[in-house]
Amino acid sequence: MATVLVVTSGKGGVGKTTSTAALGAALAQNGQTVVVVDFDVGLRNLDLVMGAERRVVFDLINVVQGDAKLAQALIRDKRIETLSLLPASQTRDKDALTEEGVTRVIAELREKFDWVICDSPAGIERGATLAMRHADAAVVVTNPEVSSVRDSDRIIGMLDSKTLKAEKGERIDKHLLLTRYDAGRASRGEMLKTEDVLEILSIPLLGIIPESEEVLRSSNLGSPVTISNPNSVPAKAYFEAARRLRGETVVVTVPAERRGFMGRLFGRRAVA
Amino acid sequence: MNLLSLFRRQNSAPVARDRLQVLLAHERAFVGRSDLLAVLQEEIIAVIAKHVTIDREKVHIKLDRGDSVSTLEIDVEVPSLMGASAVHAR
Repeated sequence: MATVLVVTSGKGGVGKTTSTAALGAALAQNGQTVVVVDFDVGLRNLDLVMGAERRVVFDLINVVQGDAKLAQALIRDKRIETLSLLPASQTRDKDALTEEGVTRVIAELREKFDWVICDSPAGIERGATLAMRHADAAVVVTNPEVSSVRDSDRIIGMLDSKTLKAEKGERIDKHLLLTRYDAGRASRGEMLKTEDVLEILSIPLLGIIPESEEVLRSSNLGSPVTISNPNSVPAKAYFEAARRLRGETVVVTVPAERRGFMGRLFGRRAVA
Repeated sequence: MNLLSLFRRQNSAPVARDRLQVLLAHERAFVGRSDLLAVLQEEIIAVIAKHVTIDREKVHIKLDRGDSVSTLEIDVEVPSLMGASAVHAR
């Protein structure tokens, strides 16, 4: 039975698209059939992060409006054959997404894949509410920073009230993915700790992704970090998060980038 | 600024945590209820008006958000009951 997962956050720039790509790839690398769906109509980027930007012919809006068949719009990943992408439209606006059209497309995707991962746009408007509408589970991507935590709290409230599951009185599984975490700064009291964020948001922890140069490198290359460098610290954290999504119990460790003395002297932080 | 304070900057993460906890406690209670004060005012007036005649202009409602507790102040001017019974007696 398929699981529809929304990757959401409220705030922009916290790592939704990066995490959608990495979690989707990690699940597919372990044999699951996965489609990642870009709901950011007008500002699509999942195609770029996945390295498929030159292969987009039809998009989600074409399928929603019946101008193209689903099979025509799906882009099969060249590296992992069980991974597919349904891109968003770059030229249309969010009003082109209709509730009925999205319902039909999600139902069709459920037939074909084990995981349907919806990359939500930032904000709490139509695009974001439609992306979460059909979700069975949600990954709330949060940075250890006040504005991100506040927006995540708001999104959690919407997941509990505006999704189909919530309206039917059922529970939607919510998972916290803490991204751009710097264990050193947290231990020095300069950054919110994992426990702080967990206590405030009170949803279970899916994983901690460290601030890492590898993440920017992988988006530069158009390859999810679990593919571009599977042994890197962030890739391992995403692999573990993917196993937890499948219901496995994996102890959460606080990942830290190992840096040598020279690295510490001359190392630069990735800016994204 | 003395020399020590250069080395001993106060940690900012606990401040962030405390600010968030206070803010979110309020936002969770009031999200989607921006009309809460208006609703409370109407219902409180209705309850009091069932028993005594009151002047709607003389009801004041104020909400104060504090760190650990918030207070809801309701100030209703009720016409003197003594006076009312005196009128009745006449």
